[in-house]
Amino acid sequence: MTKVFKYLKSLTLNEIRKGLLLTQKYFFKRKFTVRYPEEKTPKSPRFRGLHALRRYPNGEERCIACKLCEAVCPAAAITIDSDVREDGSRRTTKYEIDLFKCIYCGFCEESCPVDSIVETDIHEYHFESKGKNVMTKEQLLAIGDMYEEQIANARTKDAKYR
Amino acid sequence: MPEIKNYTMNFGPQHPAAHGVLRLILELDGEVVEHADPHVGLLHRGTEKLAESKPFNQSIGYMDRLDYVSMMCNEHAYVRAIEQLLGIEAPIRAQYIRTMFDEITRVRNHLMWIGTHGLDLGAMALFLYAFREREQCMDMYEAVSGARMHATYYRPGGVYRDLPDHMPQYQESKWTKGKNLAYANEWREGSLLDFIDAFADDFPSKIAEYRTLLQDNRIWKQRTVGIGVVSPEQAKAWGFTGPMLRGSGVAWDLRKKQTYAAYDKVDFDVPVGVNGDCYDRYLVRMEEMVQSTRIIKQCVEWLRNNPGPVMVDEYKVAPPDREMMKEDMESMIHHFKLFTEGYTVPAGEVYTAVEAPKGEFGVYMISDDSNKPFRLKLRAPGFAHLSAMNDMVKGHMLADVVAVIGTMDIVFGEIDR
Repeated sequence: MTKVFKYLKSLTLNEIRKGLLLTQKYFFKRKFTVRYPEEKTPKSPRFRGLHALRRYPNGEERCIACKLCEAVCPAAAITIDSDVREDGSRRTTKYEIDLFKCIYCGFCEESCPVDSIVETDIHEYHFESKGKNVMTKEQLLAIGDMYEEQIANARTKDAKYR
Repeated sequence: MPEIKNYTMNFGPQHPAAHGVLRLILELDGEVVEHADPHVGLLHRGTEKLAESKPFNQSIGYMDRLDYVSMMCNEHAYVRAIEQLLGIEAPIRAQYIRTMFDEITRVRNHLMWIGTHGLDLGAMALFLYAFREREQCMDMYEAVSGARMHATYYRPGGVYRDLPDHMPQYQESKWTKGKNLAYANEWREGSLLDFIDAFADDFPSKIAEYRTLLQDNRIWKQRTVGIGVVSPEQAKAWGFTGPMLRGSGVAWDLRKKQTYAAYDKVDFDVPVGVNGDCYDRYLVRMEEMVQSTRIIKQCVEWLRNNPGPVMVDEYKVAPPDREMMKEDMESMIHHFKLFTEGYTVPAGEVYTAVEAPKGEFGVYMISDDSNKPFRLKLRAPGFAHLSAMNDMVKGHMLADVVAVIGTMDIVFGEIDR
């Protein structure tokens, strides 16, 4: 008897109708999609994106070439050379990050004792030719200058957790 | 009449249903599979060997990249191994955070699985719905760790940072304003815990929708019922774990049997299948998502009422907080030591396993009293499942190979490591 009943029920295509009703319901519902380049999904202040080197408010670069980031980098993406500057302070002469090697783990930012190297929330960037994936010190400082406000804001928001 | 011979076909590694880089050599008799020979190793990155050359903490990020759809569970197994060798235990709040994020990871993984498994078998709409919910889980990951996938969040001795009390919100734009903006930010008004709570409240209704689309659907049933049947004895003999084993009717779950983190303090059930076919494994995984939601709810409740430290107060293992590091000389020394040399782990060997969404993910670690592991062996559940490929697809049609690959929930990051 149940077999006959099941057979008859299957002829009604009930479960397919239910599925179609569900997808039809979503046809009229509010869309979940974000129209990407014009509007963006929100990003957490902890976001780990493109790197930047920061400066102090007086314009002096923060990095003191302690090389902690170089030591802690799991992918060995950071290369640092250091020297004594004319005024006697220890500074980097070369600070390069290979963005193809980088795994964006955030350890460099975690290790930096002077909050110099940071991972900003920039995630839309590209390289136009071979070799451009290695970010030089000048480029990193320029990114830091450009986005300083944004970087400082995110750090302040998250300061109590670190 | 011409003589018909078996012929050999190459399935993958570029096939969209091969879930990554699976290369299957199929010997076909017409459309019936006579023999299936999986070739692995195309995604081998040498994680085990790589870990030997780095201080312990630096490999956490590489654990994410093993099973790249259930990141935090892999980290969990790895940090537990280190914790056991060191003889330390994470604070209770960290244990609860880990439990909660392990379950969020499980939901994420199963959503990915249901989406792709459905897509492979012809259910297109489901993929879109599953990824809509997966997006919320990614936002949870991002809120705590700063990365949507490769979190590097668990650390030996706890977790990196406490849960934030603000969720990032959508900004007004040309299309999203007024009511729409309020709707998009509905869950994001409060803290991360509020967001997770809202998700956990809402998610069972979403699972009900997936079930509406699949559970009774005749096409779905024709493609999964009676396909890839594994008996409980066979499943045990092949070393199956996770939903693959439970689908066959063996109630084995490490969260219950060898409990870890805060799983002994939360209430949940372990779903078990009966027939051991693709359909039963589908049912088991769907129910697991419901149970995960239950665990998440309980963890949220506990975490709301119990603030506290999330990292051990032991500067030989965990760095001091930043303010202290900048003011106190000794903390500064600890900070420098930890980020250059790391910490030394007493000699010994240990095997720790967690119930990852795919099964038992284990880490076997030998330490020789230095700051790097002497040897690291990873036990990937997917490898044991893939080994049974030939026996599971033999005698089935070519199209069923796709169903079996889907039901195994294969991810090549962990199989090839």
